[in-house]
Amino acid sequence: MNERKPQGRQTPMETAATNRNRKGTAKPAKLSRDVQARLGQQLRAMYDEVVSQGVPERFTELLNRMNGGASKDKS
Amino acid sequence: MPMDESVRKAILGAVPSLRAFAISLCGNVDRADDLVQETLLRALANIDSFQPGTNMSAWLFTILRNHFRSEYRKRRREVEDGDGHYAESLKTQPDQVGQVEFREFREALAQLPADQREALVLVGASGFSYEEAAHICGCAVGTIKSRVNRARTRLAELMGVESAEEFGPDQQTRAVLASGE
Repeated sequence: MNERKPQGRQTPMETAATNRNRKGTAKPAKLSRDVQARLGQQLRAMYDEVVSQGVPERFTELLNRMNGGASKDKS
Repeated sequence: MPMDESVRKAILGAVPSLRAFAISLCGNVDRADDLVQETLLRALANIDSFQPGTNMSAWLFTILRNHFRSEYRKRRREVEDGDGHYAESLKTQPDQVGQVEFREFREALAQLPADQREALVLVGASGFSYEEAAHICGCAVGTIKSRVNRARTRLAELMGVESAEEFGPDQQTRAVLASGE
């Protein structure tokens, strides 16, 4: 990767996005909002698939056990 | 010491998202669940350092993330390749993490540097603000923004997408997600 990292890159994203249109040379290739949105959608779909599985029993049991005061589990 | 019921609920409520984050970090469900378990044990052992009224989820994510990083560093010394190990663990269990439809995306995600991957997941999927993600990762907000940007660019490169058409049409989700920037 030959990506340049200018020193003062901590501009807010909105500013960075608008700047990119004018002087796109030193910035990484710009992504259209559409592409970003689709990548975001896939990321969330993957993530939410796990979230939708809820809390596996082992964790409910763990908390109940710990809550009982008898902490046999030493990590 | 019995814990406060509200604390217990807050911890349990964070578990599904903690698991999803852990899986995205290590790419392996069994290992991710162990990571979550170790996180919960640590959290419970240090529950006094949790400040009531602050974000329980962010606190747990921080513990998990730091624990993963220290384990990762240890492993890295044992196993020679860092991210290659992660990618390999995905290949050997293609269907374990989820359905085949996310496979291409997951493989691309696996190729990102760890710091970019975690930043992208925290902001893009876990729903944390840039500020919260920066706190969780122990870095500046600007660093998180930069990592998220680079992660997106790299993901698009890896997946070979230059226009949204290559994903197929879905105007509505696009509009919703574009607002997340």
